[in-house]
Amino acid sequence: MASSRKRAGAPDRLPLPALMLASTAIVFFALPFAGLLWRAPWSAVWDTLSDDGVGTALRLSIVSSLWATALSAVFGVPLAWLLARVAFPGRALVRALCTLSMVLPPVVGGIALFFAVGRRGLVGQYLDRWFGITLPFTTAAVVVAQTFVAMPFLVLTVEAALRQHDRRFDDAARTLGASRWYAFRRVTLPAIRPALVAGAVLAWARALGEFGATITFAGNFPGTTQTMPLAIYVARETDQDKAIVLSLLLIAVSFVVLVGLRDRWMSRPTTT
Amino acid sequence: MRLATSRNVLAVAVAVAAMFVAAGAGPASTGPGEDLDGDVVVFAAASLTDAFTAIGAAFESENPDIDLAFNFGASSSLVAQIREGAPADVFASADERTMEELVEVEQIVAEPATFATNRLAIVVERGNPLGIAALEDLAEGDLVVVTCDPAVPIGSYTREVFAAAGIDVTPDSYEENVRAILTKVVQGEADAGVVYVTDVLAAGDDAEEVAIPREANVVVSYPIAPVRGARNAAGAAAFIDFVLRETGQRILAEFGFGPIDAAAATTSPDPTLPVTTAA
Repeated sequence: MASSRKRAGAPDRLPLPALMLASTAIVFFALPFAGLLWRAPWSAVWDTLSDDGVGTALRLSIVSSLWATALSAVFGVPLAWLLARVAFPGRALVRALCTLSMVLPPVVGGIALFFAVGRRGLVGQYLDRWFGITLPFTTAAVVVAQTFVAMPFLVLTVEAALRQHDRRFDDAARTLGASRWYAFRRVTLPAIRPALVAGAVLAWARALGEFGATITFAGNFPGTTQTMPLAIYVARETDQDKAIVLSLLLIAVSFVVLVGLRDRWMSRPTTT
Repeated sequence: MRLATSRNVLAVAVAVAAMFVAAGAGPASTGPGEDLDGDVVVFAAASLTDAFTAIGAAFESENPDIDLAFNFGASSSLVAQIREGAPADVFASADERTMEELVEVEQIVAEPATFATNRLAIVVERGNPLGIAALEDLAEGDLVVVTCDPAVPIGSYTREVFAAAGIDVTPDSYEENVRAILTKVVQGEADAGVVYVTDVLAAGDDAEEVAIPREANVVVSYPIAPVRGARNAAGAAAFIDFVLRETGQRILAEFGFGPIDAAAATTSPDPTLPVTTAA
């Protein structure tokens, strides 16, 4: 076996067995993408991409996932703050409840949403009767389904960061005369920015890929509720080439965002 | 420690040999005249769920050594699975077009046989609260109407029916298969949908049928065929035979399916026949 002596300044090396396992994992992840690229109908790519339906599905996916991420942040950050800072009875239970949708099979989430805010749902029936609002089969339902599954990612990430954040910085700001909102905005938020961004990216990626809850609760209709994953699912049966091209498109978009954002925003802000 | 000692090589060789032996010992293949046994995997259209489950029970009681496994779903979805190598022995589809797809790629080489017919009907919630009475009512903008993608047989038939009636209906969603349409309507999430008459019967008291006039309706023919490369060809042939013969046909009629020659028949299946729904 090779000597495990490290020269000064040499990069870390993994022991061979660990390296083999890690390599297998890399192959495991790379193989499906390689398979897609191998089967892609490269000559027909442009024709497929210029199909009207593709633009519609992509636009719907991006718009709805951005909305879901925004909603996740607006509601998720206060929730994370509550769970991290305020000790109230049943906090563990509330935390479990709010992150349950993360482990729930998405289809189950969709079915549950039906019974909550569907037309005959617990709350939905009143929405329908009193305000004439029905959620299923609308783009709003897509956003609701995506938010339901994506928000926990943001909540957990931000909560962890808030717990780690030293409260004394906030307290110091307060003693210097800052209001709670000012302290939060100018001291806490910048400190947890990497976690917030990471959580938002995770939530966005989850929302973009959401399928089960969307197709069950929101429905499947081009232009209104047929997001990219749904369009791919439908295309798979009739036109496999189209499904492959759509899949590659979605992967490309996700890849660009993940790689592009990661380095730029994830680095810790330098403390001044 | 060297990995490639002779003991290790022998151990690996034995393991590999054992794997091959185990892989070869699949369901017993049967010759003519032997008792049928083994597994038979049947891929069938979603609308056949209750009828085929009942037929399956009857078939298994006649052939106790056979284990039937059903995969119900949209015919187009089943075709995609079979094309990708799913282990089906028998394929029963809700339209000839999807069966043709498999014939074209030579996944089906035997001649498909029609075993049942069906017709379409509008399904509404129990009590018909919105008072839907005709196809034209579905064109109403406010109504939540769901159907399937045209790739799915019911979706294509529904479009035909709308076209024949000369109405323009924009659905609110393309559901996965005909039973998903039924579920949405029964749950009250959709106001109406177009399904097969047998599906309305299967829903029992939970749904009501609004008839589609004969001139606008279509007669649906269900073909069945063994899949090429079936693991249990004898079992597949026996099941298909069972469906085409008296017991299978009787059970299908009980669930509201029409006779094989319904295209030429002048009377439609009687919806007031007592229906034995599968438990």
